[in-house]
Amino acid sequence: MAAAFPFSAIVGQEEMKLAMLVTTVDPTIGGVLVFGDRGTGKSTAVRALAAILPKMKAVVGCPYGCDPDATRSVCDFCKTLKKGKAVVKTHLVPVPVVDLPLGVTEDRVVGALDLERALGDGVKAFEPGLLAKANRGFLYIDEVNLLEDHIVDLLIDVAASGENVVEREGLSVQHPARFVLVGSGNPEEGELRPQLLDRFGLSVDVKTPQDLASRIDVVKRRDAFERDADAFIELWKKEDNKIRRKIASGRERLESTALPDSVLEKAAELCMKLGTDGLRGELTLMRAARALAALDGSSTVTVNHLRSIAPMALRHRLRRNPLDDTASGTRVQRAIDEVFAA
Amino acid sequence: MKSLPPDATHETVRDALIAAHLFAASPAPLGGLAIRAHAGPVRDVYLEWIRSQLAPSQTFRKLPLSIQDDRLIGGLDLAATLHSGKPVLHPGLLSEMYGGVLAVPMAERMPQGLAARLASAMDLGRVTIQRDGISDETPVSFGLLLLDESVADDERLPPELLDRIAFRVDLTSIPLSVMRQAVQEFPEAFSDLALSHAAPDEGPVQVIDALCSAALALGIDSLRASMMAARVAHRIALQLGRSDASLLDAALAARLVLSPRATRLPVSAEANQDPADSDASSPENNADDSASASASEDVPNDAANDTSEDTAPPNQLPDDMEELVLEAAKAAIPAGLLSQLLANQGRIAKGSSSGKSGALKKGGHRGRPMGSRVGLPGGHQRLSVMDTLRAAAPWQRMRQAAASKEARYVGHHVLPSRLIIRSEDFRIKRFKERSETTTIFAIDASGSAALHRLAEAKGAIELLLADCYVRRDQVAVIAFRGRQAEVILPPTRSLVRAKRGLAGLPGGGGTPLSLAIDACRELAASVVRKGETPLVVMLTDGKANITRDGQTGRELAQQEAREAAHALAMLGVGAMVIDTSPQSSDLARELAAEMHARYMLLPHAAATELSQAVRTMSVR
Repeated sequence: MAAAFPFSAIVGQEEMKLAMLVTTVDPTIGGVLVFGDRGTGKSTAVRALAAILPKMKAVVGCPYGCDPDATRSVCDFCKTLKKGKAVVKTHLVPVPVVDLPLGVTEDRVVGALDLERALGDGVKAFEPGLLAKANRGFLYIDEVNLLEDHIVDLLIDVAASGENVVEREGLSVQHPARFVLVGSGNPEEGELRPQLLDRFGLSVDVKTPQDLASRIDVVKRRDAFERDADAFIELWKKEDNKIRRKIASGRERLESTALPDSVLEKAAELCMKLGTDGLRGELTLMRAARALAALDGSSTVTVNHLRSIAPMALRHRLRRNPLDDTASGTRVQRAIDEVFAA
Repeated sequence: MKSLPPDATHETVRDALIAAHLFAASPAPLGGLAIRAHAGPVRDVYLEWIRSQLAPSQTFRKLPLSIQDDRLIGGLDLAATLHSGKPVLHPGLLSEMYGGVLAVPMAERMPQGLAARLASAMDLGRVTIQRDGISDETPVSFGLLLLDESVADDERLPPELLDRIAFRVDLTSIPLSVMRQAVQEFPEAFSDLALSHAAPDEGPVQVIDALCSAALALGIDSLRASMMAARVAHRIALQLGRSDASLLDAALAARLVLSPRATRLPVSAEANQDPADSDASSPENNADDSASASASEDVPNDAANDTSEDTAPPNQLPDDMEELVLEAAKAAIPAGLLSQLLANQGRIAKGSSSGKSGALKKGGHRGRPMGSRVGLPGGHQRLSVMDTLRAAAPWQRMRQAAASKEARYVGHHVLPSRLIIRSEDFRIKRFKERSETTTIFAIDASGSAALHRLAEAKGAIELLLADCYVRRDQVAVIAFRGRQAEVILPPTRSLVRAKRGLAGLPGGGGTPLSLAIDACRELAASVVRKGETPLVVMLTDGKANITRDGQTGRELAQQEAREAAHALAMLGVGAMVIDTSPQSSDLARELAAEMHARYMLLPHAAATELSQAVRTMSVR
């Protein structure tokens, strides 16, 4: 498989990179939607992220890569395993980043009857699909506007409940499916349904850099990578390692990061001012701010953290009237300035 | 050695041949060629020549636009699967032709899904199959020849593929004799190129800097273009026997890759150039006509100029390099494009409209796949193999046992077959039919439709747009006033665009009604061509007073409007006239009658009734 472009070698696109790092620290934030024109490095960033994530502990033999330390949301395989012995064998595996390719059919997403075993042994067995593979990892959808409607419905359902329920071909299976949904798309090519938009925790807009120096930088780095990928990766290894350590320590620190009431109040004030639908805006804002603080290495969430993360968390939740959205980014910024001026 | 007259046509062909030559040497890294030409002998000669440049191991295949996923990317090998009882993979077209070239005729009609798949395969260098029980990944490497046969302005090659393709070639104005001659003389032309590009020692050349700066000056937003140009410059150097690209290589790359993508003219810096620079640029420009026979004379001049630049202060050197590359690109911008750019200042770019070829909504075999249902294959219903097998699987043991028992009873000895499939097991594929509607709004923005009516009309349209959004229809907007009717919003589902288009709509002037109806008719016809259903909604008071050629004259204008309405009715397009006059006017009524359209009076209140009416019309 082709080597991934190093994450730290991506020029600019600071907002997109930050959004992705924040979701790796706390996967419950709900994923990133990257909007932008062609050629802005959206898919490059996601694949680079896969390469940079620290490995995770998983139960040996579990088809869903369950966490050995988890008490809730374990699959049937792990449940029976734990009942039997006290100690369960574990190993380190890379965090899965699963591509949802165009033209994917439902049976491969959800999983289906294992035909070989059914025809060969006459046994009804479940063959896990892509959702199973993506458990505890990332599910990447390129060109999310082109996704088939019924697959979108499926993903919304599973992303909400964290569980994949399969009822087909005589099978009745349930397994954990918690993943971070990362989507990329071009807004000029079609609208996203609001239900799907809402599922994404953060959204970012990316544009090609307009200044000459950055553009030259992008092309030069890409050129160097194409000529000798290994040398280029080696060059950026140190920076990548730094980020990897940051993510790991951020994850450890997450639980103990304090979220003072004053900050919570500001968050609520901001959401009320913007008129976001439902409470998901506040929840996401809270989680994202905490993850950002943990990533930064501070033990408390401050108003500055809230300020930097608010646009990403709220800009795609503003729409009530589909025609009303021309300046959602600036609306958020204005509201932020007002609320935090005090 | 024949010396070719240095005129534009010959240069175009020479460039086209150089581009094709570079492409044939490394198809996948350079993406491909977008060839705009009429289907005919000129294009045939060109394509034949490209094929002759390919190595024997490089396959050349045609890609039909109707190709299904399982043939493109790979899928179930039906026979093998049924034989063995477990899913067996059949490789797709892309994996079969590693390192080859795919030619796509009528590429402007490529469906969006196919374009996206090809783009993804080009990016990743592999295809992933996740369907029908198969999970697989195969590496791919191919070059594309997009054959653009478009005639109408609204047909365009898929932009995501264009972005990933290095070269664009336009052969529409090339005579056959010129093409043949150029092909014959190419080997000479190429060796002249090699000579003229023989690099004097320039020192290290900042090729990427120069190309990026040229791209920026030409208004090329995509960074892929600059990357591609850098790649091409490198490949030119390799072809000419060097490992590093020289300045002239970069200039040639700029000409081949960047010029066709230019969206604006670079700001001329001639006023700031001092005499030394302007002397330097002219012989260098001549050198860019690199295939000319007199190139050898230019080389010493070049060397002289280059050394004079070398002795110039170091901070001038980058500017000159960039100037050179930019000049080369500018010189090669096609003449038509220049005038078009000048004319298009301020006009909104036409929207993307690469679409499916015409038609037919026969039930059951078109549209997006949506799982399967119980049913027998045949006619338009397609068998869903995996789901059939899955339905049959749990019963096999029982059926096998029953079958062998029966055979023993009768006295036969029967070899157990792998699969016993009954008619109740059959599953057929379900598709979601897309009967898409495109609603074309024609807004009368003239003075007679008073200003406050215009605001109300815009408000009504916004409501209708919201409806269209819910129904996932497309909308288009035509505005008419003064002497013209303009499509201010081509068909789009993007409401962001719709809102933007409506925002700056000015009012006042005469009412060119006939022009407006003509514009509606044309747009509706192009919608039908794409296989979708148009719906025309016209907001006007019917008081036509400007004729087709811009003259005032109520009688003539109204007569023309009636004729135009009749022509629209002949097209069989559903239509609706919404009368914006304060009270119901006869003119508007008559117009509706001519158009075979529904008539409605725009109510003074909010236009919820309006949206109801349009909704019922489109759900016929």
